[in-house]
Amino acid sequence: MDKTINNKAWFLVLPVFLLVAFSAILPLMTVVNYSMQDTFGNNQFFWNGVGWFKELLDPSTDLGGRFLASLGRNLIFSLAILAIEVPLGIVVALSMPRDGWTVAFCLVVLALPLLIPWNVVGTIWQIFGRPDIGLLGYTLTSMGIDYNYVSNDLDAWATVIVMDVWHWTSLVALLCYAGLKSIPDAYYQAAQIDGASRWAVFTAIQLPKMHRVLLIAVLLRFMDSFMIYTEPFVVTGGGPGNSTTFISIELVKIALGQFDLGKAAALSLVYNLIILIVCWVFYTIMTNAGAERRPAEGGA
Amino acid sequence: MNTIPGRRVIMAVFLVFLLLPIYWLVNMSFKTNNEIVTTMTLWPHQPTIANYMRIFTDESWYSGYINSLKYVILNTVISILVALPAAYAFSRYRFLGDKHLFFWLLSNRMAPAAVYALPFFNLYSAIGLFDTPWAVALAHCIFNIPLAVWILEGFVSSVPREIDETAFLDGYSFPRFFVKILVPLIASGIGVAAFFCFMFSWVELLLARTLTSVDAKPISAVMTRTVSASGMDWGLLAAAGVLTIIPGALVIWFVRNYIARGFALGRV
Repeated sequence: MDKTINNKAWFLVLPVFLLVAFSAILPLMTVVNYSMQDTFGNNQFFWNGVGWFKELLDPSTDLGGRFLASLGRNLIFSLAILAIEVPLGIVVALSMPRDGWTVAFCLVVLALPLLIPWNVVGTIWQIFGRPDIGLLGYTLTSMGIDYNYVSNDLDAWATVIVMDVWHWTSLVALLCYAGLKSIPDAYYQAAQIDGASRWAVFTAIQLPKMHRVLLIAVLLRFMDSFMIYTEPFVVTGGGPGNSTTFISIELVKIALGQFDLGKAAALSLVYNLIILIVCWVFYTIMTNAGAERRPAEGGA
Repeated sequence: MNTIPGRRVIMAVFLVFLLLPIYWLVNMSFKTNNEIVTTMTLWPHQPTIANYMRIFTDESWYSGYINSLKYVILNTVISILVALPAAYAFSRYRFLGDKHLFFWLLSNRMAPAAVYALPFFNLYSAIGLFDTPWAVALAHCIFNIPLAVWILEGFVSSVPREIDETAFLDGYSFPRFFVKILVPLIASGIGVAAFFCFMFSWVELLLARTLTSVDAKPISAVMTRTVSASGMDWGLLAAAGVLTIIPGALVIWFVRNYIARGFALGRV
């Protein structure tokens, strides 16, 4: 491409590099250090080699069992919210008004849940779902449905998933809307002349044009739902039992609750590695999609 | 042609779904605890602003908002200042390890905060920044700087490079070109990036709570503690929640046309 090769550009990037390295590499080194040791309190540390990692990947031990169970719950959660939020987001984006003041109104309301602090999101749903003082809980209970997210696993899951759909579907919708807006009118006119059906317009024009933003949406939603901590913690506290304990909650429990630094650090590293791999896969797909697009634009 | 049948109904239902829980919070914030617990009312029958008055008059409450705003603003300023030159470099030049560096930045945006909570606690205690706004502001840089670089890179790339070349031919030095020409050209992009830094720093709780104890305690931590101390003061909790929504709702109005582009990291 047409970028100049200039290694002096490093000077422009240096402040960013130093600041992020300070916040990322130093703590990561601490984590690596801890992950190899065991502590019995009193700041006394003992060498434990790869012991924690072995335990972590072995479901028969306590640590491994908890890790794999929370990993499984987290994957189910991530897939469930992706399966709901992506189609719903596309539908909402397609339903956006065409012009006028309603567009601005819809955009602002859509963006509203995204700007609420995560613990307040949890609080809102905690209140909303309570059978005694919350509208949702009260309505469901008075309809004869036995709904209680504090004691029933299924209700807790439903609440956490609906909360996430409420919180983040707007993100997918806004991204898709931005993608849709970039489609020139000429495409639709051509489709009309060809007599294309509504469905054909969607699959042949709109979906391909949304391809890039959808990738970003899926990436962001997968990552953020995989790291989710605050919202379910406020609503269910990981319960009832351990039924909504996701990886982050488990990690904070081990690290700050039990102060089991070695275990927590080993868990952190494996957790980070999973995220890094998924991230790399998406990044490769995204940059490849970008590379395919550029020459096509240049020719047009 | 480019919309779907029944779109008005779908949109209306979805907006109601989004607004209903928020309405319920606002509704509760104007009720007395007695009304909340004993009756089920769709709007406050005995509206009261006592909950809000308590927050505005009690220092332990309103200092939480001030502390939160302190680190959020610090973080936004730091992030934008260092991200601008980096975004320019990524957009215009190819240099040793540029792609790896970019990916590394991206991976930090995706790193779970829970992993870093404890090491950050050690790190900032060791350098004496624990329980200051600086600790939280620097900690939030880990996800906000990559985000700002991403968004700004998209906006810088939309400025034609002929403008740079013309400016340099006219004898502009690099810093002067940067401040006098480039920054005004991407002013809207800077606004969007600042908005996103503000937002992600504002909504984050785990790190903010881990890195502070007394003096710099953010509002989110104040909310969790005070509420559990005196039983469950639902009205007060709701009022505090409503007040945390307002700053976001205010800034959102100014960037409404750029929201989507910002979320796409400047890459739509």
